Amino acid sequence: MSASWTAVLLASVIAFGLKLSGYLIPPRWLEQPRISSALTVLPAALLAALVMTQTFATGRHLTVDARVIGLVVAAIALSRRAPFIVVVVLGALAAAATRAAGWG
Amino acid sequence: MVTLEPAGVRRQALSVGLATALYGISLGAVAVASGLSVLQACLTSLLLFSGGSQFALVGVLGSGGSVWAAVAASSLLGIRNGLYALQINAAIRPQGWRRPAAAQLTIDESTAVSVAQSDDAGRRLGFWLTGLTVYVGWNLMTLLGALIGRSIGDPRTYGLDAAAAAAFLALVWPRLRHRSGLQIAALGAVVDLSLVPVLPAGLPIVAAGAVGLVAGLRQVSR
Repeated sequence: MSASWTAVLLASVIAFGLKLSGYLIPPRWLEQPRISSALTVLPAALLAALVMTQTFATGRHLTVDARVIGLVVAAIALSRRAPFIVVVVLGALAAAATRAAGWG
Repeated sequence: MVTLEPAGVRRQALSVGLATALYGISLGAVAVASGLSVLQACLTSLLLFSGGSQFALVGVLGSGGSVWAAVAASSLLGIRNGLYALQINAAIRPQGWRRPAAAQLTIDESTAVSVAQSDDAGRRLGFWLTGLTVYVGWNLMTLLGALIGRSIGDPRTYGLDAAAAAAFLALVWPRLRHRSGLQIAALGAVVDLSLVPVLPAGLPIVAAGAVGLVAGLRQVSR
């Protein structure tokens, strides 16, 4: 088996194992109020981190580029209660327009 | 928190799904450029199915890294899916054949849409719909990207990277109205940004999640 095949298949097995492990942990572990409460606030940290990585990370570097304009426009749209799809499309268009204008 | 009608959940799922799926083109192109065959590129999306892990795998292989380095980078990034699975399991409790199916679909996007909903019905619909939409789109686009290689140019030209950021912002937005949500989100953002230059891609998100969990436990015990 070539190196590429080993890498692809082994990484796939491990990835699935990691995903499945979260479903095999007994649910009662999560029914303790402390843990379930902590798990309800956890998404805010994860989602905020995803926003930051998607906006500012380029590999291991922090960069300020057209994605920031997209994010600002998305934030304005959200503050005006725009629907989800409108927020996403406006964010993409703003970044694309910024790049077309020659920045970021 | 805003309670969304099923139609609202569907729109979210489709928007996130489409924005992400379009990125699959670049993954397919990068995978082939890194020396994988079209079949191998497609198998990473069918079997591994976790964008960050896939990019890490082909990135390390493409830059001449060993099989083990590539698998380790990919697997480290996959740890967060186990964390997501804990949350999804608590909300939707899949049984029988649905359990491995749910496991395979447990990724950033399906979790993000699911946890952003305010009741279990919404979380269930958001998870499955987003997971399936991303799975189908991601695989089709990986094949397309692998076939046409780099000739499509850069998906960034179309602002698709910013579309993903906008989608995640829209998902966290309702949580920012409450003081505790705002604090935890700010903490996650700061942890992520400070660790991006230090840790391999994807791990800062794991760290932010872990810090958010610890902060959540402290909030409760106070």
